[in-house]
Amino acid sequence: MPGIFVFAETSDGTPSPVALELLTKARALGPTTAIALGPGAAKAAEALARHGARKVYVHEDVAFRDILASPAVDLLARQIDKDQPELVLFGMTYDGRDVAARLSARLGTALIANATDIARRDGSWAVTTPMFGGSLLVTTVPMAKAPTLVLLRPKAVAAQPAEDASAPQVETLSDPVDSSKPVARVLRREKEKASGPKLEDAAVIVSGGRGLGAPENFKMLDELAAELGAAVGASRAVVDAGWKPYAFQIGQTGKTVKPTVYIALGISGAMQHTVGMKGAKTIIAINKDREAPIFKLADLGVVGDVHKIVPQLIQEVRSRKGK
Amino acid sequence: MNVLVCVKQIPDPNAPGKLDPQTKRLVREGVDLVLDPGDEHGVEAGLQLVEKDGGEVTVISMGPPKALEAIRRALAMGAHRGILITDPGLENSDAISTARAIAAAIKGQSYEIIICGTESTDGSSGAVPAQLAELLGLPLLSFAKKLEVGDGKAVIDRQTDEGYDVVEAPLPTLVTVTGGINEARYPALRGIMQAKNKEVKQVGLKEIGLEGQAGKAALTQEVIEAAPAEPRKAGEVIDDKGEGAKRVAEFLKELKVI
Ligand SMILES: Cc1cc2nc3c(=O)[nH]c(=O)nc-3n(C[C@H](O)[C@H](O)[C@@H](O)COP(=O)(O)OP(=O)(O)OC[C@H]3O[C@@H](n4cnc5c(N)ncnc54)[C@H](O)[C@@H]3O)c2cc1C
Ligand SMILES: Cc1cc2nc3c(=O)[nH]c(=O)nc-3n(C[C@H](O)[C@H](O)[C@H](O)COP(=O)(O)OP(=O)(O)OC[C@H]3O[C@@H](n4cnc5c(N)ncnc54)[C@H](O)[C@@H]3O)c2cc1C
Repeated sequence: MPGIFVFAETSDGTPSPVALELLTKARALGPTTAIALGPGAAKAAEALARHGARKVYVHEDVAFRDILASPAVDLLARQIDKDQPELVLFGMTYDGRDVAARLSARLGTALIANATDIARRDGSWAVTTPMFGGSLLVTTVPMAKAPTLVLLRPKAVAAQPAEDASAPQVETLSDPVDSSKPVARVLRREKEKASGPKLEDAAVIVSGGRGLGAPENFKMLDELAAELGAAVGASRAVVDAGWKPYAFQIGQTGKTVKPTVYIALGISGAMQHTVGMKGAKTIIAINKDREAPIFKLADLGVVGDVHKIVPQLIQEVRSRKGK
Repeated sequence: MNVLVCVKQIPDPNAPGKLDPQTKRLVREGVDLVLDPGDEHGVEAGLQLVEKDGGEVTVISMGPPKALEAIRRALAMGAHRGILITDPGLENSDAISTARAIAAAIKGQSYEIIICGTESTDGSSGAVPAQLAELLGLPLLSFAKKLEVGDGKAVIDRQTDEGYDVVEAPLPTLVTVTGGINEARYPALRGIMQAKNKEVKQVGLKEIGLEGQAGKAALTQEVIEAAPAEPRKAGEVIDDKGEGAKRVAEFLKELKVI
């Protein structure tokens, strides 16, 4: 049955948020099969089915967790050969990108990256990708043999459980993982500690830019974020300057976020930044330059000095919470 | 140790980009072209490796004849030799076509390490390096924010959402570097002078054996439409005369954040 494959990344039995987003998109396009690899994959099958996977291929070998890309590429190539899907969806993540790109070279098929939408058109696919910081939307069509490989940006689609979800039809694979080739192997994982909600999941984000003037001024953002239960984000200028690690970066080359409220402090609002946050429901900006482009998308803009306003704001929030 | 660094020439990212309404391709005429700033980190990483352990850095680029300038910039930073793959038949190459051309151009030569940027600043598909690794049968160490090479292997700190993973691969291997890996050096005047005399080999499709199998002839995809995205509407902008913080707090209350 020609259908759609979704490369569903999971960790410790939990599907990654983008896996559920991919399934939400895929099930509207055709019968969908999820491929979940690594320890705990079987546990994730139910959630994958709930989001629209009619079938789930599972392979629990630790190699899928500990070796970058190649084992997943081998397995996908085999299953694609067997099932002949028309389309394979990947999340534009660290691993998704490596796997999809290697696979496209192996199969000689089209790889369309950075997609935000995909639709059927004239017996083929029309894939939307943003350009120039999202000011332009281009439509790309594949010209190579099936399957077309598409890398969808996280948060491009809102994950929703399927109404007609059925119990998963799980097929456990056990083909041995090829150990003859040289591979990239993960030796250990380091977590840099972060408090509060994750950027991708936060309902409120307090984000700082070069206008904060110095890395130590992020302390007041941490304080404000703690009061609001918010996550802290940053512009690339701040990340490039080494004030914050890359994991904080929002924008074209960082994360895409869709919080309910985004508070931009000392951020000019360059296109490459706003492409990652303009999906926020409400945007509040504080900037000393009335002409800053961020004010063109802010629901509430305050022209003023962050060093003055943010400490006052922390007090105002505290006093209102007290009541 | 011999290092190959893949570099791309791109329109100056500080100038606003334009799309040709007819061909739906990026306009590359009448704009300044520069060595992709992301690839400067790749060149720097390569130079640091050979400065420590000896060997040479070769830079390779696929592009129009003008891409020679990007190679010269890398040579001025200190790279030893260049390879420019250029041919009218390569116009409109997509990522896989680019990877194939690079793989074909370096056939028969051996490199312990191939370095690429994680993603280009203009196309930003991030596909070329992994495709190249696949075509060459090499492991891929991607998203490196630190790279160490020794004992026949390379070890990187691979950026993740939570921090980083320490990942190892035997040589030869392909590595993609992020901007955080180093501070790229600025070419000194002496380097710029020396670059003029360094060898840059030019090859076309015939020399690399890909005639009729690259560029337009091998296109896997085509852009058929381009439309402006719907802009977001601006709201209220107020001047802070001492009441700004209060107004924001009230708004947050209305939004039920507080
Ligand atoms: C806006 C835009 C969107 C595009 N989208 C796609 C797409 O989705 N799929 C697709 O197949 N093509 C796409 N293309 C075409 C593609 O960008 C280029 O044709 C291709 O040459 C390089 O891909 P990239 O710029 O995405 O490189 P990336 O894969 O992002 O580049 C990563 C690294 O690979 C190396 N590299 C890349 N190109 C070269 C080169 N020419 N010479 C030497 N080293 C190089 C560099 O080290 C670079 O840092 C797109 C082009 C544009 C302008
Ligand atoms: C290919 C490419 C990809 C990129 N990707 C990203 C990305 O993913 N994310 C990203 O953020 N950027 C990205 N950028 C960079 C982007 O173009 C901007 O340079 C960057 O977003 C600017 O960061 P900023 O707003 O913090 O700094 P600036 O543009 O320097 O703005 C600082 C702002 O602070 C204001 N300010 C200064 N002092 C005060 C004060 N005391 N009180 C209040 N306001 C003050 C100023 O008026 C100014 O508006 C990318 C660029 C390129 C070319």
